[in-house]
Amino acid sequence: MTATDMSAHAPARDGQRFVRSVAIEPSPPPSSIVGPIAWMREHLFTGPVNIILTLLIVALGLYVLPGLIRFMFIDAVWSGADREACIITPERPVVGACWAFVRDRAAYFTYGAYPMPQRWRVDVFFTLLAVGVVWLLWLRAPRRDIGAIYAFVVLPIVSYLLLVGAPALGLPYVETTLWGGILVTIVCSAVGIVVSLPLGILLALGRRSTMPAAKLISVIFIEFVRGVPLITVLFMASVMLPLFVPYYLQPDKLLRALIGIALFASAYMAEVVRAGLQAMPKGQYEGAMALGLPYVQMMRLIILPQALKVTIPNIVNTYIGLFKDTTLVVIVGIFDFLKAIEAARIDPRWAAPTVSATGYAYAAVFYFTCCYLMSRYARTVEARLAKADKR
Amino acid sequence: MKKILVSAAAGALAALVSSVASAGTLDTVKQKGFVQCGANTGLAGFGQPDAQGNWTGLDVDTCRAIAAAIFNDPTKIKFTPLSAKDRFTALQSGEVDVLVRNTTWTISRDTSLGLNFTGVNYYDGQGFMVRKSLKVASALELGGASVCVQQGTTTELNLADYFRANKLELKSVTFATSDETLKAYEAGRCDAFTTDASGLYSERLRLSKPDEHMVLPEIISKEPLGPSVRHGDDQWFDIVKWTLYAQLTAEELGVTQANVDQMMKSENPDVKRLLGTEGKFGEAMGLPNDWGYRIIKHVGNYGEMFERTVGQGSPLKIARGLNALWTKGGLQYAPPIR
Repeated sequence: MTATDMSAHAPARDGQRFVRSVAIEPSPPPSSIVGPIAWMREHLFTGPVNIILTLLIVALGLYVLPGLIRFMFIDAVWSGADREACIITPERPVVGACWAFVRDRAAYFTYGAYPMPQRWRVDVFFTLLAVGVVWLLWLRAPRRDIGAIYAFVVLPIVSYLLLVGAPALGLPYVETTLWGGILVTIVCSAVGIVVSLPLGILLALGRRSTMPAAKLISVIFIEFVRGVPLITVLFMASVMLPLFVPYYLQPDKLLRALIGIALFASAYMAEVVRAGLQAMPKGQYEGAMALGLPYVQMMRLIILPQALKVTIPNIVNTYIGLFKDTTLVVIVGIFDFLKAIEAARIDPRWAAPTVSATGYAYAAVFYFTCCYLMSRYARTVEARLAKADKR
Repeated sequence: MKKILVSAAAGALAALVSSVASAGTLDTVKQKGFVQCGANTGLAGFGQPDAQGNWTGLDVDTCRAIAAAIFNDPTKIKFTPLSAKDRFTALQSGEVDVLVRNTTWTISRDTSLGLNFTGVNYYDGQGFMVRKSLKVASALELGGASVCVQQGTTTELNLADYFRANKLELKSVTFATSDETLKAYEAGRCDAFTTDASGLYSERLRLSKPDEHMVLPEIISKEPLGPSVRHGDDQWFDIVKWTLYAQLTAEELGVTQANVDQMMKSENPDVKRLLGTEGKFGEAMGLPNDWGYRIIKHVGNYGEMFERTVGQGSPLKIARGLNALWTKGGLQYAPPIR
């Protein structure tokens, strides 16, 4: 008996009461119910199928991970000036990832051939973009209404002046043929993402409209764009267009690609939004009409907020697809992030056995990070909006 | 009907193309202030961006020499990276002024595609790489050997032709991309690896033990690579052609980037004509008479350009071989400047 127990029982003797005045500490639940073992038992080892799957996945992990970690970190070469750093020598028979190559070419992968003295403009653009994204997406940010104006009006204009140049403001003109790397990938996806949602909503509304002209135009646009691969349109723009239009009348190559990507994303977005509109029960429309709301208000206040909410997973899906589709701009001779890596990895100054693999690993990390962040953000938005359903 | 439509379209196209071409390219270039050069999207040693994004390589320097001749400034040039598919349309439509993009000179390209090849800046050809341990000294000893080759390329056809012509038994193993082909060769799937000789040297460096592999001396196909311009502008054709010839002549005469200023005082009539201290050869092309001096001063002679980009001064270390001057057993031969 412990001292506590003694004191707990003490008054019982005096008042002849044999009831505990102080509750005993609850004993911990059996280890088969809580704790890591129970968790594993419940989630990993329930039934023969789960046991086999768990064991297989563990075996696969053990088979792949050590080699991957060895290659990516332990045997990796972190610094060096040229291929000598990453080639196999008698003293260094195993060479892992050649991160020295990525470090050496990091600036090229980020800015492409953007002129050296002007690269601060790209840095400013990245910073402004990051501010805009955080302002808009972080729910507790102050004055998000100003944020929206900043992101959709100020940012595009300032970015254009910064990146393309404005000789009047002392910013020399930088041709888009010199742009490259992450800059191009970000510009293409940002334009695609910003243009495709509003245009997609308009097209979706047009397609469901009762006005024949709006409906016909929307249907033709959506079906035509969805029926043609983006790659062929870019090919047409780069191979056919020059045959019929003199070169000085042709639009800028990057602009061609941007228009192509934005229109394509819009057509896909239109179908995503249409799915949301169709998922709304008829009662929602009828209720809105019964309240006397005109069409614009009915859509803006009642239908679209709900329709967009149910389509968030698909919208983000389209965005992620769009982000990766930007690699197709290489067809019109624009060096996006992936092509910049492609072009650098064949450089004989860095010809070594693992250079290509390292370049692609860097690309994979970049694309994965971006896509995963988009997807995570969408999940939190979904979770926040789903609270309404639980009430 | 369809045929008529097609031919009408082709006619209209040809008319359009020729109207673009007939405008004086040199005047347009001078007006723009730069030469628009159709370049590779990335080929080791010939055209590829460096760490700052500047284009470097043999084809790139060939282009820079043209800018040097016209503007006395090799940086007055813009590169348009072109894929193999759109390179010819880009030239025909006037999007680029000159195409220097490791393009093989063939009769069909020279005639029906409306191109004029101005010369050969690199004599390439298909070659073989084998393991040194195979103890093979010549491609003729490859009978029965398995050869890794990329699918659907002329390389694959040349390989079959060569083995058949020499009555050798061929076991070719084909792959979709050049990377896969090389990996398979390295993994020991085949005894030999074949592609264009210039490519063999850069691919060899990617192997984990480059020293255990060697390039065989035989070249089994003719791949003369050179700059090309549009039909219909002879002046521009002359400029591009003689830019390369000036570099070759300079190498033959021993004029280099380093000594070109002293050479201006040379009494050798050949040197004087090349550098423009005698004669009016530049004027005949619409250029200043010191065009040759400008080229050598800014870009160097052919040998310097070769060694810097693909030869001993580069990691590729390609031997001059067929690209040596005719006086040294190669094929590079420039007509006289006089």
